[in-house]
Amino acid sequence: MTTFHPIASAGPANAALRGTLGSPGAVARRARRARRGLARRGLAWRGLARLLPAAVLAATALAPLLAPAPARAAEEVNLYSYRQPFLIQPLLDAFTAETGIKVNIVYAQKGMLEKLKAEGMNSPADAVLTVDIGRLTDLVDADLVQPVQSKVLEANIPAHYRHPDGKWFGLSARARIFWASRDRVKPGEVASYDDLAKPAMKGRLCLRSGKHAYNVSLIAARIAHNGIDATRDWLVKVRDNLARKPQGNDRAQAKAIYEGVCDLGVANTYYTGKMATNEKKTEQQDWAKAVRVVFPDQDGVGTHVNVSGAAVTRAAKHRDNAVRLLEFLSGDAAQKLYAERNFEYPVKSGVALHPLVASWGAFKADTISLAEVAKHRAAASRLVDEVKFNDGPGS
Amino acid sequence: MLVAALAAAPVAAIAVLALSPSDGIWHHLATTVLPGYVVTSLTLMVGVGLGTAFGGVATAWLVTMYRFPGRRVFEWALLLPLAVPAYVNAYVFTDFLEYAGPLQTALRDVFGWTNRQDYWFPEIRSAGGAIAMMTLVLYPYVYLLARAAFLSQPACVLEVSRTLGKGPWASFFRVALPLARPAIAVGVSLVLMEVLNDFGTVDFFAVNTFTAGIYDVWMNMNSTAGAAQLALVLLLFVVALVLIERHSRRDQRFHQTTTRYKALPTQPLGPAAGALAMVFCALPIALGFVFPAAVLGRYALQHYQVTLEGDFLLHAWHSLALAGTSALVAVAVGLFLAYGARLGGAATRAGVRVASLGYAVPGAVLAVGVIVPMAALDNSVDGFMRATFGIPTGLLLSGTVVAVGYGYLVRFLALSYGAGESGLARVTPAMDGAARTLGATPLGVLRRVHLPMLRGSLLTGGILVFVDCMKELPMTVILRPFNFETLATFVHQYASDELLEECALGALAIVAVGVLPVVFLSRSLRGLRPGGEEAS
Repeated sequence: MTTFHPIASAGPANAALRGTLGSPGAVARRARRARRGLARRGLAWRGLARLLPAAVLAATALAPLLAPAPARAAEEVNLYSYRQPFLIQPLLDAFTAETGIKVNIVYAQKGMLEKLKAEGMNSPADAVLTVDIGRLTDLVDADLVQPVQSKVLEANIPAHYRHPDGKWFGLSARARIFWASRDRVKPGEVASYDDLAKPAMKGRLCLRSGKHAYNVSLIAARIAHNGIDATRDWLVKVRDNLARKPQGNDRAQAKAIYEGVCDLGVANTYYTGKMATNEKKTEQQDWAKAVRVVFPDQDGVGTHVNVSGAAVTRAAKHRDNAVRLLEFLSGDAAQKLYAERNFEYPVKSGVALHPLVASWGAFKADTISLAEVAKHRAAASRLVDEVKFNDGPGS
Repeated sequence: MLVAALAAAPVAAIAVLALSPSDGIWHHLATTVLPGYVVTSLTLMVGVGLGTAFGGVATAWLVTMYRFPGRRVFEWALLLPLAVPAYVNAYVFTDFLEYAGPLQTALRDVFGWTNRQDYWFPEIRSAGGAIAMMTLVLYPYVYLLARAAFLSQPACVLEVSRTLGKGPWASFFRVALPLARPAIAVGVSLVLMEVLNDFGTVDFFAVNTFTAGIYDVWMNMNSTAGAAQLALVLLLFVVALVLIERHSRRDQRFHQTTTRYKALPTQPLGPAAGALAMVFCALPIALGFVFPAAVLGRYALQHYQVTLEGDFLLHAWHSLALAGTSALVAVAVGLFLAYGARLGGAATRAGVRVASLGYAVPGAVLAVGVIVPMAALDNSVDGFMRATFGIPTGLLLSGTVVAVGYGYLVRFLALSYGAGESGLARVTPAMDGAARTLGATPLGVLRRVHLPMLRGSLLTGGILVFVDCMKELPMTVILRPFNFETLATFVHQYASDELLEECALGALAIVAVGVLPVVFLSRSLRGLRPGGEEAS
């Protein structure tokens, strides 16, 4: 049982716990004695007695985990992440290999903000890693993050991809593009987000939920550019062009185009790369082959771009390590990993794109400040409700 | 009472959160999507409620009262779908039934159809699909409780009914069903609460329920207060539902007046009826368990390396230890509270009512309800220790497994309390009296009368909690400590990206771990009836 105590000597909570439970040997002896005594007393007790050793075992095993998560060791950093571990683990491993700083991580998509708020200045989190500008601005609005001044970060990340006071930093960028059927959409047939609403697209459009953060941000950017009324009209027309009720994730839209359900989808750039190179599920390569990447609005304001980013919490106990992590993530090695492994656009200039991503060509990105876009997110979300976008065409 | 208050704290915290202003979200929702949410949720509840009640009661009655081939297997196998999380079933069925799935592809090949305009096929991603998926994995709640009720009814009341000239159908509807109604009502209300708190399935199927609306208000409109208010409305609705049900059987109270438990007379069925019964019992098992397990098994074989690269065994250990400990604690607390409520104490009863509502709250919302009071406690302890001793204690409980365990307790107390309560209901006051008259001490009554009678119920409650903890996702994700994965969170990180194959082994392990106690449970249920069963 001692094998379950790798950090038992570290935390005071463990010492206390062992105090109450006694040494493992004593616990076992007590359990044995208890069992012998109970055995004489009828069926029900025997059932409970059988469970007792299991309970003791479970309690002992859980004991090391009772220690408050951030042990006092200096060389570590605690991360709350909205991004799935399997996406960012390679980056974090590279960071640990380079700096010797251990990264502890909790991954969750819901409730992070409330958790940080409730924990207050005692929060163990040093940094937050997230996608979508909306979440980053939510953190700023709730006053949960602190400004960071860093020459490295300022040199690596262009100004429009970071908060003016350093309260968040964009680490990778992705464009919200069209997937057009290679067979059924002629080159040049769709060129702008406005084209999603044109009558010729009737019954040919597939989208994921209008409420998904990626679509909400796209709609918010439209509101920022065109105003709420024009965006409402546009959204109604887009809704009526849908081939089916909004559903699935981004990849599911490529699949639907491959299946002939629809001709045009909207997706983040990196999914194209992930599908095209999927060795484990080769059917996804077929989906990717069925579509052509189109960057919308090249003659207009440019394609909508969003970021994944990070911020240092106000409560950070390992502030320096957190800043080092952010600096590392904005540096050449990490930016290359973002580009190569996740098919994203690095924010640092001079870092090579993945050849596949490069093959789609350079594009004009919408340069509107992401902070400005974020202001319209709530309005965008309400608009989706108002036009009952998620109920599909003709509602 | 303190325990009840502790268990009710998170639900109360949600109420407090709901007090802050929500910027006119209600007006916006009421004029746009709220009516749709309500209709969809009600549709799901009616559909799944009827489906599980019918399926659960009918199968329970068949395996309890009749003899037909395979009955012994069905007795426990009918519980198996309980181990399959609804969202996993949804993924598996969608893969099979959607346009590119094997079934439609085969149909197209056979009939020469070329695209989806050529033929009609039911859309799995719909309210109807969601009802089917949830019914398939939730009916065992009703089955379990209905069967326990059928098993514990004295054979003589049925015999009397038959003697009085009622046919088997009339006996069932006029005698057995009313007797089992409290148990069935508990089962169906558990099912309905599961329907209301489900997010995974409806999200995947793009069915916009009230719960989906709560998440939307929370995540997209950034309004915790609005989300808490919606969650509270949901709770009031559940309370109303439970009260209506109780009210409608207020004048019915049955105490068994006989202790003569002779073996239930099981009747053999003819070949045709027997075959029919077999198919009827086999269908839900095939669709709710065998099929998803087989598909997961196939994926797991193809992708097991990916899974085993990680700390798979450690995740499994976390799941088992947490679920096991939580189940024990939940049963103990549930029984304790059930006694508290029985011995009077209106405050305790009220606290327990509030606490059991945790089951109907969407997990992630309840997790926030757990975080808020727990972090407040931690922070005030820390403040006190700093001020008094100059020792900062930081967060003692938040972000530890204790938080997760507490969350489980609050969420699943309804199960263990319900089991404790229904068990105690069978201990009539007369029995206490008799035991005391015969010279037993209060503790003696507890040990020699209550515990033997409660054993079945407690096991049922404990195992339900255990299986549910294994499957539990949203709370674990938010409340867990750093670098902590359970099987469910491991499955989720892939499943949320619709990468089911990569996590099939994990999902299968959840199912497998869920199966063992289910079989155990059913064996113990068989022994529940003091008179034993007729050999067949």
